[in-house]
Amino acid sequence: MIQALLSVGLVAASALGVATFPRSVLVFLLFQGSLVFVYRARIPELLRWSLLVVALLVLMPVIGYFNGYYLEVATQVGIFVVLALGLNIVVGLAGLLDLGYVAFFAVGAYSWAIFGSPHANVIFGGGFPLAGGWFYPFLVVGLCTAALTGVLLGLPVLRLHGDYLAIVTLGFGEVIRVLANNLDKPINITNGPKGITPISRPPTPFGLPYGEYFYFLVLLLVVVVVIVNRRLENSHIGRAWEAIREDELAARSMGVPLVRMKLMAFACGASFAGIMGVLFSAKQVFINPESFTFLESIGVLAMVILGGMGSIPGAILGATVVTVLNLQVLKGFSLWLNELKNAGVTVLGYSLADLPTQFEPAKYERMVFGIILVLMMIFRPQGIFPARRRQRELTPHGS
Amino acid sequence: MALFEARGVTKRFGGLTALNGVDFALERGIVSIIGPNGAGKTTLFNVFTGLYVPDEGSVTFRGQALLGLRPDQITALGVCRTFQNIRLFANMTAIENVLVGMNSRISLGLWDVLSHSARFRQSESQLATRALGLLDRVGLQANANVVARNLPYGDRRRLELARALASQPALLLLDEPTAGMTQGEAGSLMRLLRGLVADLDLAIILIEHNMRVVMEVSDRVTVLDHGEKIAEGSPREVQASPRVIEAYLGRRGAAPRGAHGA
Amino acid sequence: MSMDFELLVRIFPEVLLDGIILGFMYALIALGYTMVYGVLEFINFAHSEIFIAGAFIGVEILLGLQGRGLLEGFPWPLVLLLALMAGMAASGLLAVTIERVAYRPLRAAPRLIPLISAIGVSFFLQDFIRLFESLWRNAFNLVYPSMDALNHRLELTATIDVSVKSLVVIVSALLMLWALHLIVNRTKVGTAIRAVAEDQAAASLMGIDVNRIISLTFLIGGAMGGAAGVLFGVQYGLINPYSGFIPGLKAFTAAVLGGIGNIPGAMVGGLVLGLLEAFAASYLSLLTGGAFGAEYKDIFAFSVLILILIFRPKGLLGEVVRERA
Repeated sequence: MIQALLSVGLVAASALGVATFPRSVLVFLLFQGSLVFVYRARIPELLRWSLLVVALLVLMPVIGYFNGYYLEVATQVGIFVVLALGLNIVVGLAGLLDLGYVAFFAVGAYSWAIFGSPHANVIFGGGFPLAGGWFYPFLVVGLCTAALTGVLLGLPVLRLHGDYLAIVTLGFGEVIRVLANNLDKPINITNGPKGITPISRPPTPFGLPYGEYFYFLVLLLVVVVVIVNRRLENSHIGRAWEAIREDELAARSMGVPLVRMKLMAFACGASFAGIMGVLFSAKQVFINPESFTFLESIGVLAMVILGGMGSIPGAILGATVVTVLNLQVLKGFSLWLNELKNAGVTVLGYSLADLPTQFEPAKYERMVFGIILVLMMIFRPQGIFPARRRQRELTPHGS
Repeated sequence: MALFEARGVTKRFGGLTALNGVDFALERGIVSIIGPNGAGKTTLFNVFTGLYVPDEGSVTFRGQALLGLRPDQITALGVCRTFQNIRLFANMTAIENVLVGMNSRISLGLWDVLSHSARFRQSESQLATRALGLLDRVGLQANANVVARNLPYGDRRRLELARALASQPALLLLDEPTAGMTQGEAGSLMRLLRGLVADLDLAIILIEHNMRVVMEVSDRVTVLDHGEKIAEGSPREVQASPRVIEAYLGRRGAAPRGAHGA
Repeated sequence: MSMDFELLVRIFPEVLLDGIILGFMYALIALGYTMVYGVLEFINFAHSEIFIAGAFIGVEILLGLQGRGLLEGFPWPLVLLLALMAGMAASGLLAVTIERVAYRPLRAAPRLIPLISAIGVSFFLQDFIRLFESLWRNAFNLVYPSMDALNHRLELTATIDVSVKSLVVIVSALLMLWALHLIVNRTKVGTAIRAVAEDQAAASLMGIDVNRIISLTFLIGGAMGGAAGVLFGVQYGLINPYSGFIPGLKAFTAAVLGGIGNIPGAMVGGLVLGLLEAFAASYLSLLTGGAFGAEYKDIFAFSVLILILIFRPKGLLGEVVRERA
């Protein structure tokens, strides 16, 4: 009972708080925290899901009205949630450590970027860009292209294990990045480091502004992807992946076709990234190879690890925490520090204005990822919301 | 045509010849393969199930050559095995282990899974029923949702058996299924195997060290030593064979009657 | 597109030299990967940052001297020796610390866990170096001060000349490789390392303190990496906290190419990869009229890695990579 009141209260209060103090990062964090609380609280299911639905479908867009940046953060979180869920299939379910996951994201993004912008005219001579409405079929095109890339990557690396698989996928990710950066000659496919712009956007239903439109679209895709994930997990495919992760030799001997299953894991995981890639390029209107580096791959990995490998709520939590850390906390810290500097504040006799100009907290994403990965591995390898099975596998015990 | 036939199987590892021209055939019933440690029994199983490729020889099952096939293909054809060191999926429950064993008999596609089609739902419920049935058969129904890692030793061996049966094999290869069991447990497992042979029209090849079990349950016994077949015949015949006695005990020793396996 | 054959021949000695220098550098870095893999069967992902940390210590020493006007005053071999010693010590200690803090607690865990931890350490160090240099020097893209003595060019033949710098780098690398060879093959410690690499359990039964040997392995491997870092800085001039990543990946490729866990293999692999890359970078670009730019040499190295792991995972000299099935 108390928890129920607390849930409703926290959500309502924090939402109001954001409306009142749109510039306060802390209050928005409180709002997000209240959603996590609602998810975990011991309250009737109906209340839990009603609150979450109301918060995400109604409150969030309203908050977006007060501070558009928050809606942007929420949308980014959604994009990374889908990416984390995709990587979750490859790493969490099938146990294949893919360090080049961002390559699939890039493939999807470039597929729409090329055809949905005037750039394709450089290759084909005319007829482009495709009208915005083509965005929707291209979601499927992105899915398929990425899935195909996943299969192409998977085929040669299937026999490799653990460490070697990881390094090869890393190499593959780098190859894709270098290709994106250099395929502007002899034929200009990707326009190299200059990137591609402007990329068409689809017409929005009901004349929604693009901020809200992309937010709702991402939310919809998150729901679809979660359903797909759960269905895969609770089927012979999911069981086969688990078996492969547990003991490949035994799995093979029980009739599990290793090659086919591993390829399927790669393809499924890649396809999620492919769809989000298409959405990403339409949303950003401009893409370049900078968005698709090893940093992004590790970022998504950190999300999966933080939340819990193989766990759907874990992937969602991990993506949320890491994205918010980077987009809000670090950035907010940077801004706050600047304010302090400008105000001439001193700490222990040292004037903050004297801090070197090169020191920008917002740029320290790598440090954040690094700390997350190391601490999680040492103290809680099963993640914050562990998958049932991983909990058994990784909890220290007297076996 | 024999159900299962291996001819002239030879396998070398560098300078060591693990198997040397081994012939083996099986029509029905239970055949045991025995021999001192290091005789090559598990190596032979690994050749039969596609984990090792022999240097010479042929292996056929129902007239189809097995050499060159992958282990999962061989399982799909109807040959399944258990392992000497128990290789269960430790963090999956008993019933999940058995369900994985059924993988080769599932003909659903990705689309069925994603759309939760009627075919899918029907298949999943049938699989669950069958899996419970298999667990019941080996006496583990009560532990269906226990994680494999937490099962007592004897139950784990039975789970492996249930999992192997899940693929509806015509031929079962069991590698030391009674290792570590008491005489009572071993006896009850053997009765179970006899029941399976009768009910499911199953043929079984057994690697065993427990001589009492071997003598009681086998229709035929094959003896390997240092990679070669040194005797074959009914349990009685083999027990009396001087060559076999010599292989186990060296020159001048008693017959391996009722000797407990290592 | 006419192939200027004469041009190709003319640049050959220069490309060869580049290849050798690059090769030795990869060899030195690769040693760190291969030694650690030999004793732990673990890829020390953070080794690329151990390498670049050495480069940073070296540059700090040199900049420090320069700041006090001492750079040109001291004899350059002494200056370089100082930088090398400092770089090696720092990197070696860094490696040992990392092993204690981030890897040792995870030794019993499934293999992916320490690997992920290593990735985390790598990322952390990149930004840590950035943080340190931002606060210390308000700059993290640093340039090695050039020393006149090193820039002097020696004439080997009528048409070929080489800078003192290049010679110094090559000689230093050779000395280091030879010293390592001596340590590993002629000392008790080296034998202990090789024993632990062969069979940890047996080694410990023979009375070898496995943990100590592992720390020592990290120390030596790290020191090699640190030396490579200083030489890298001396040779190429410009370093930043993120410049360890790609050379590290390539050195790992070299280690695998030579046979991971195999020390002479790392040296051979490093040289081979360095030469291949130098030739690919120069000639590919020329032959295709610039269609394949410089960045493609990175893909080249990665492709080599992927190809070896698929077709010959034991590498050129290595033992069979044990399957963990």
